[in-house]
Amino acid sequence: MFSYCSDPDTLERLWWLSCYLTTGVHFSFYLSFLKVIGILAVTAPVALAFGFAGAMSARSQILPVSWLGKAYIAIVRGVPDIAFFLFFVIALDQGFEWLRHQALCPDWTDPIRQGNDFLVCPQAKLPLGTAPQAVHQAYAFALAVMTFALVFGAFVANVIFGAMRAVPKAQLETAEAYGMSPRQTFWRILVPQMWVYALPGLSNLWQVLIKATPLLFLLGIEDVVYWARELGGTKTARFTAYPHGDWRMWYFLALLVFYLFMTWGSEKVLSRIMARLTRGQATTGGEAQRKGAPA
Amino acid sequence: MKSILLSTVAVAVTATLALADGHSVVRMGTEGAYPPYNFINDAGEIDGFERELGDELCLRAELTCEWVKNDWDSIIPNLVSSNYDTIIAGMSITDERDEVIDFTQNYVPPASSAFVAASADADLTGGVIAAQTATIQAGYIAEGNAALIEFATPEETVAAVRNGEADAVFADKDYLVPLVEASGGELMFVGEDVGLGGGVGMGLRESDGELKGKFDAAITSMKEDGTLNALLVKWFGEETAQY
Repeated sequence: MFSYCSDPDTLERLWWLSCYLTTGVHFSFYLSFLKVIGILAVTAPVALAFGFAGAMSARSQILPVSWLGKAYIAIVRGVPDIAFFLFFVIALDQGFEWLRHQALCPDWTDPIRQGNDFLVCPQAKLPLGTAPQAVHQAYAFALAVMTFALVFGAFVANVIFGAMRAVPKAQLETAEAYGMSPRQTFWRILVPQMWVYALPGLSNLWQVLIKATPLLFLLGIEDVVYWARELGGTKTARFTAYPHGDWRMWYFLALLVFYLFMTWGSEKVLSRIMARLTRGQATTGGEAQRKGAPA
Repeated sequence: MKSILLSTVAVAVTATLALADGHSVVRMGTEGAYPPYNFINDAGEIDGFERELGDELCLRAELTCEWVKNDWDSIIPNLVSSNYDTIIAGMSITDERDEVIDFTQNYVPPASSAFVAASADADLTGGVIAAQTATIQAGYIAEGNAALIEFATPEETVAAVRNGEADAVFADKDYLVPLVEASGGELMFVGEDVGLGGGVGMGLRESDGELKGKFDAAITSMKEDGTLNALLVKWFGEETAQY
């Protein structure tokens, strides 16, 4: 990056470090932090939506819908994450391609499954074989977010399902007595009140989600942990201008700081949300707020 | 309006025909963590023996190639699922793998695997030996009496020896040589070298006979004019086995 970096062997320690930390491969490392934050920012709301839908369907009066919701919660929570990331994503990808294959190549006669191989016509490939690498990466990113959202959505669904049942029954009965329809009761009384019960569970899931990103490398997405391991590993002078020993400890130390910072930041945000949600609620927290408030 | 529609259809049809013409872009899957075979260089690009070899093979076979990085654990599932078209990642040709995927002829002769330990009297028959998961070396140790400890990356197998977790690491000799040289006497080769596998080849889907033929021909031409030997010497040193 800097002009004096052309011959790193001759440099003093600090100068050497300034060159070392600005190599192209380090910028990939720095970029991966943004990538992780981006994945989290997209995954969290999508997982919340999945969870909300799951909880709603599990509570449904219509039996098959309720079974569907409960099956989703039970099955996804039961399957290990790593199995999901290794096999479900590939299955999902193949499912999309199979659908496109049926739609786009009706004349195709070769079998799609040939032994272990999965072969659809070239037009049905997702992304197309001719697409630039950036498109492939975007697609992998989307698959990752979807899988993450599906897995975490099941946990979210369980938390929200529980929170909905924690809202005092008297509240719902009162709403009915006022003549609200079941739909109105749900959206106006139940949903606004359940968040305060759901939030502790949801905040746990968020913290777990932050730390689950290394699973993404199974999908070819290089997250911070991958790069820390890659960059920290022993480098011999034959393959790099910056040879060094096993520096993984230092890289993981940087990750520790990053994760602590993320945790600390989320704690702050979550406690503010909690305070906001507690306002006017029939919980001990709400009661304390009411007593503390200036008359 | 009708002519616009017709021309759109015509364009779509020609585009489809162009696509149907086999592999327009061949995606080359590699691990990027196994120098000198493949690794990530200072600029963040895939580099190494296989990068240079693969680019040359694509040139000779007149293919447009693109490099893709993938985790070792899921490198075969992603190939058979057509997420990329070849594996070029220092993968030894073995019978077990040959049942799932196809290999080209080898482009690295059957190489020896070696033990590296921190002391000369390491116990190779009854001790703890580190190896990378799902490699021929791990399979070899698992059959013997020594306790096998597996790691996801090659780097970790060597680190296990440095920190005393394992008595020795068992891996491709080509991978270990630069590490032993750079360790300044901390690491050393122990015991006898073991010949495993049928050399390193490029992995392809079993249904992809056409692409396999092209790469086989390109490898043959590189073997015949000596460029492959030159590459082997460049990346693995004078003493490496050649064709």
